[in-house]
Amino acid sequence: MIPPAKPKLRIATTSLAGCFGCHMSFLDIDERLFPLLDLVEFDRSPLTDIKHCGPCDIGLIEGGVCNAENVHVLREFRKNCKTLIAIGACAINGGLPAQRNHLDLGSCLTEVYLTEPGLAHGHIPNDPELPLPLDKVHPLHEVVKIDYFIPGCPPSGDAIWKFLTDLIAGKTPELGHGLIKYD
Amino acid sequence: MSDTFQLDGATVPFELGQTVIQAALAAGSYIPHLCYHPEFKPHGSCKLCTVKVNGRTVASCTMPAEAGLQVESDIEELNALRRTLVQMLFAEGNHFCPSCEKSGNCVLQALGYDLEVHTAGFRHLYPDRPVDASHPDILLDFNRCILCELCVRASSEMDGKNVFALSGRGITKHLIVNAESGKLVDTDIALTDKAMQVCPVGVILKKRVGFSQPIGERRYDKSPISAQALQDAPRNPETGGSCDACESVP
Repeated sequence: MIPPAKPKLRIATTSLAGCFGCHMSFLDIDERLFPLLDLVEFDRSPLTDIKHCGPCDIGLIEGGVCNAENVHVLREFRKNCKTLIAIGACAINGGLPAQRNHLDLGSCLTEVYLTEPGLAHGHIPNDPELPLPLDKVHPLHEVVKIDYFIPGCPPSGDAIWKFLTDLIAGKTPELGHGLIKYD
Repeated sequence: MSDTFQLDGATVPFELGQTVIQAALAAGSYIPHLCYHPEFKPHGSCKLCTVKVNGRTVASCTMPAEAGLQVESDIEELNALRRTLVQMLFAEGNHFCPSCEKSGNCVLQALGYDLEVHTAGFRHLYPDRPVDASHPDILLDFNRCILCELCVRASSEMDGKNVFALSGRGITKHLIVNAESGKLVDTDIALTDKAMQVCPVGVILKKRVGFSQPIGERRYDKSPISAQALQDAPRNPETGGSCDACESVP
């Protein structure tokens, strides 16, 4: 009798206030995507274009929280993912978008859309479909509980591979010298 | 004939007048540390080098070595506390490694790597700390200051200039520059000063050399800080030893 196939782990990924660099780095695991696909299947992700996340084993989130929509997506992931992983500098400490945190949001928008040369007669975007920016950019762990963190800007494909394979194998993920990087 | 103490079960010899960390490093045993520097008087502020001596926690950089001490250092209880200290330092300042030209040569970052710190964990303070770019050759980026006082000690003890000081108490404590204007350009700091070399993070930077050494080929890219700190340690209390970390500053 053929034993029933081990059910695949379900993974969801998304980018909040990020640059998709961490997703690009994830693709840098290259041909190791094939053995990974023997073990996992993808739910909501830019790779599948599924718009909402169902029940998952692992959620990978790149980018920090800079607007109201980011909060909703992050909560959807937390609700559906057994294990939630913050990936990259922005998800972990706010990263580049958080460099505005010591500035007043109103003056940022005014400078970008009204007073900066070249944007004469512009206006601050106010379409109701646009999510409202938050006063400050937040790392993910300030909004929901995060189980694991993969630092780096972006973390290398090798670091992501090591972390995910450790996790899938049921071990506490460790990066070690050369794979743990903050830059 | 020198006396000995026990460190994590190993016998460490010491000379009279040595501290626990000095004797340990000279004997090839690493104790994580941040504000301790082999060329300066111990400061005892960062607490990364905390060890248990006869069951009590003490800073190993200020604790005089004594015969028969039972010292514990590389135990999970202490490494967890060290991890928390590093995390608090990251959360307190603006440590944005991807844009920092000290990245790869930074002691705080290297300690984070070595202790497997994956996140600062705490709520980030995001303090507002404007940079001082007034000096033609030197940039001061206060966002990264961890208040170790190494520049303060180097400037007063070695350069004889007192360019830097700490001001304020508690959470308002910050690095200041000794000039009426408060600007670095109005001090007598020089590029050859020891104070230019000792910053363990990216506060005191020589201008126009930032990325002459590429990211990925830097000091702590090559091997972990636990391996390199032993090379910096003075092997002989008479001669004082040298410090590769300072000498590798571009």
